[in-house]
Amino acid sequence: MNQMTEMKQPPRSLCSLPPEGALSGFGRPGATEIKPLTRKDFESDQDVRWCPGCGDYALLAQVQKLLPTLGIPREQFAFISGIGCSSRFPYYMETYGMHSIHGRAPAIASGLKLARPELSVWVVSGDGDSLAIGGNHFIHAMRRNIGLKIILLNNRIYGLTKGQYSPTSEFGKKTKTTPLGSIDRPFSPVSVALGAGATFVARTVDSDHPHLLDTLKRAAEHPGTAFVEVLQNCIVFNDGAYNALADRETRDDARLLLQHGQPMRFGKDGNRGIRMRGFEPEVVTVGEGGVTEADLVVHDESAANGGLAFFLSQFAAPLPVPLGVFRAVEAPVYEQLSTGLADDARAKRGQGTLEKLFNSGDTWTIG
Amino acid sequence: MNTQTMTVDEPRVVGGMQKTRPIEEIKSVVIRFVGDSGDGMQLTGNEFSKSVARAGHDFATHPDYPSEIRAPTGTLFGVSGYQIQFSSGQVFTSGDAPDVLVAMNPAALKTNLPDLRHGGMIIANAGAFNKANLQKAGYQSNPLDDGTLTDFRLYTIDISDLTTQALKDSGIAKKEIGRCKNYYALGLMLYLYSRPIEDEEQNIRAKFAKKPEIAEANVIALRAGYAYAESTEMFVSTYHVRAADIKPGRYRSITGNHAAALGFAAASELAKVPLFLGSYPITPATDILQELSALKHFNITTFQAEDEIAGICSAIGAAYGGVLGLTTTSGPGMALKTEAQGLAVMLELPLVITNVQRGGPSTGLPTKVEQSDLLQAVYGRNGECPIPVIASRSPADCFDCAIEAFRIAVKYMTPVIFLSDGGIGNAAEPWRIPDPATLPPLEVKFRTDPEGFQPYARDEHLARAWVRPGTPGMEHRVGGLEKHYLTGNISHDPINHERMVKIRAAKVAGIAKDIPPLQIEGPQGGDLLIVGWGSTYGSIVQAREQAEAAGKSVAHVHLRHLNPLPADLGEILARYKTVLVPELNLGQLSKLLRERYLRDVTLMSKVQGKMFKVSEIYDRILELC
Repeated sequence: MNQMTEMKQPPRSLCSLPPEGALSGFGRPGATEIKPLTRKDFESDQDVRWCPGCGDYALLAQVQKLLPTLGIPREQFAFISGIGCSSRFPYYMETYGMHSIHGRAPAIASGLKLARPELSVWVVSGDGDSLAIGGNHFIHAMRRNIGLKIILLNNRIYGLTKGQYSPTSEFGKKTKTTPLGSIDRPFSPVSVALGAGATFVARTVDSDHPHLLDTLKRAAEHPGTAFVEVLQNCIVFNDGAYNALADRETRDDARLLLQHGQPMRFGKDGNRGIRMRGFEPEVVTVGEGGVTEADLVVHDESAANGGLAFFLSQFAAPLPVPLGVFRAVEAPVYEQLSTGLADDARAKRGQGTLEKLFNSGDTWTIG
Repeated sequence: MNTQTMTVDEPRVVGGMQKTRPIEEIKSVVIRFVGDSGDGMQLTGNEFSKSVARAGHDFATHPDYPSEIRAPTGTLFGVSGYQIQFSSGQVFTSGDAPDVLVAMNPAALKTNLPDLRHGGMIIANAGAFNKANLQKAGYQSNPLDDGTLTDFRLYTIDISDLTTQALKDSGIAKKEIGRCKNYYALGLMLYLYSRPIEDEEQNIRAKFAKKPEIAEANVIALRAGYAYAESTEMFVSTYHVRAADIKPGRYRSITGNHAAALGFAAASELAKVPLFLGSYPITPATDILQELSALKHFNITTFQAEDEIAGICSAIGAAYGGVLGLTTTSGPGMALKTEAQGLAVMLELPLVITNVQRGGPSTGLPTKVEQSDLLQAVYGRNGECPIPVIASRSPADCFDCAIEAFRIAVKYMTPVIFLSDGGIGNAAEPWRIPDPATLPPLEVKFRTDPEGFQPYARDEHLARAWVRPGTPGMEHRVGGLEKHYLTGNISHDPINHERMVKIRAAKVAGIAKDIPPLQIEGPQGGDLLIVGWGSTYGSIVQAREQAEAAGKSVAHVHLRHLNPLPADLGEILARYKTVLVPELNLGQLSKLLRERYLRDVTLMSKVQGKMFKVSEIYDRILELC
């Protein structure tokens, strides 16, 4: 039983929850010195192989810029991906990482996070990976509120297989598998995430680097599942899908930048806004027809009821595209609940021993 | 009941009066409890087996229940059964044919009568043989009084009514009274087999601790059944089975699934590495998830995933995180896990995939036994994708196999498939409780030295290093794409791919040198060798012993390791004229043996959702030698 007694204190990763990214104590001596990291420290030695001009480059650059600012040692990050162009992401990050199988990244990442709650675990995915083949894992990660940062690069097309429609492609879109136009109705990743009970849901766009960085930072700081949809241009198979949002001339009219506690205003002159007509949104102009700022919907990302966030997630042309944090609420975090159950069980029953376990229940002695 | 050795008259003290009732000493007996799914037959059987275990008998059980939870009462398809064989000798199976059938209703009698030994005993709950139930079972007349059962020793007892009478003053609801009749039946049987009821009363009070009035009612029913058998003298004799000659030690009754769960918990403790189980409920594997879910005070995390795929994927993620990754399932779930198994092979991470096989294909026979996933385990993946495969032979053996699976997984950095089946997963036998200090240690090394680290560099076993995320200076990426043989970076180089395919194959093939020499029961060469794997073990052992006693030269070797096959197997096969392979499939091990050793084997196949009977194998032995 000697080797058993050494295990009286269970590994920290499974019995108590240090803050995310805190050193777990399993590392080499000296691991506790955190040297200031730079963007360079997060670049792997692998050549980036996305098409020149791909929106994925923007995400990579902003993530590499963000991570050194989070105060988390580099070895505490793990990036998990599935299959698709965006899923090559981990290879380019000088962190721990896994390029797994199609759609399964949230499931793999969930296992990693549960086993090692102190790690900062990120999932990088695409519209096909998360919403078609991996839809089930995607929604259940949100439902559980497990501490993953899930980034979905939505280019509304299948790029790696060279141009077939995806679950977010527009109705009627002509692609290689829909030569006569798609008869599939697209859905909104933000709506799906909200419907699954996500506690942090945001949308940003590859062309607006500061907004992308800010949004990622908010996600990184959120306990529980943080979901970020990145509207991303596929330069080869769906070029220009988000031109209106990228073009400095048009983007202010095309987007609605969500700001917590602020009335929903947008437009080049900042005088357009969103007003409710019953349960329907409408675009109004402040100062015209007696409309004042008081008539506009005020954004509340922390509303207990997810209705407002869902309302925004359903905006379709000619309404502007909402960008920013749709919803950010606090809820019990799965891995903390899981470790809490284990802690409670130990408090009640003591650390388990094989001796006791084997001899529990009905036993009898022979001889 | 075989080998009736003697009849003794032994005075019994009943209520202060002395009565004389002959007690027959018997060697072993097979009893089958059958009733509606809701009649509590699994519980009755289970409690009876505990009682005979306490008396020092060896035993084996076989629960046989429908896949419907509670089918309409009285129907043929709603019949649930529990068979136990206990003995004064060693017991390897739950028995070919029952000596005693306890039938709680007409449907139970009808579906099980064909299995009953000629001249066997029927104890029938006469109260349930009413018009409606007879009709549902398709009886034109009541078999209890139409003379059709004259070949058997028939005891009709109105268990339903007697239970109601016993409990009429208990104050519990009529419905609850109806549920106590299984304890009445248990009381009858405990008397019949000379077992005391005091232990059982304690069990009842412990089991129903939260509902003392129900506990009391069940105790009353139990005593009433016992007293009825004792006082009515309806049984001409009672039976006594001598204690078995069992190795001294502390024992408990254990099912295969429970043993597997304990084995996995032990693997974690021996390795000093936490265990993570990602699983989705599926019959007949769910018990392992349930058992481990109750062990949160160990270093065990359980995760009921959203589907089978997430079950294995979460376990892969956990293994990447540096804990023992485990997933448990049955056939259809195994099919869903296929792609992720391939990923685990590419990642070269330790992972145990447990398949408690059931009847297939597709949904198949969820609650029945079959061994038809062997080829799936060995070959069923895209690409050249080798995975070691082991199989357990009995309920208690699941404990050892669970540890062995992880031993291979961590030593060779590979997923391992552990095959059990519905026959042993739910069946119980006595387990001699090991001293944890005597279990062999399970060595796990995590690499922490970044100096010269290459993610896919290998040790002498061709295993790569296991590195926990969080280890500074060793950040690296893994993935399902083919990778460079040292750096693990993506590589599409043709020569590198072939090299990696061959390395992965050689690594798994190399496990053969780690397999202990095979144990041959019987002659070391000669006329006939029986090669078995998995749950056919018990039937083969008993059939071989009977054949040997009848003067036949027959040997038996039972395989735990199925991929790779043991290094000495080929040479052993060559020593016998005939090799017989009994399998609960259409010949999957036979195929592997023929392919591997280029010699013919004689297949004995059965695919009925049932175990081999000892007699079936025995008869086949006689045909062959």
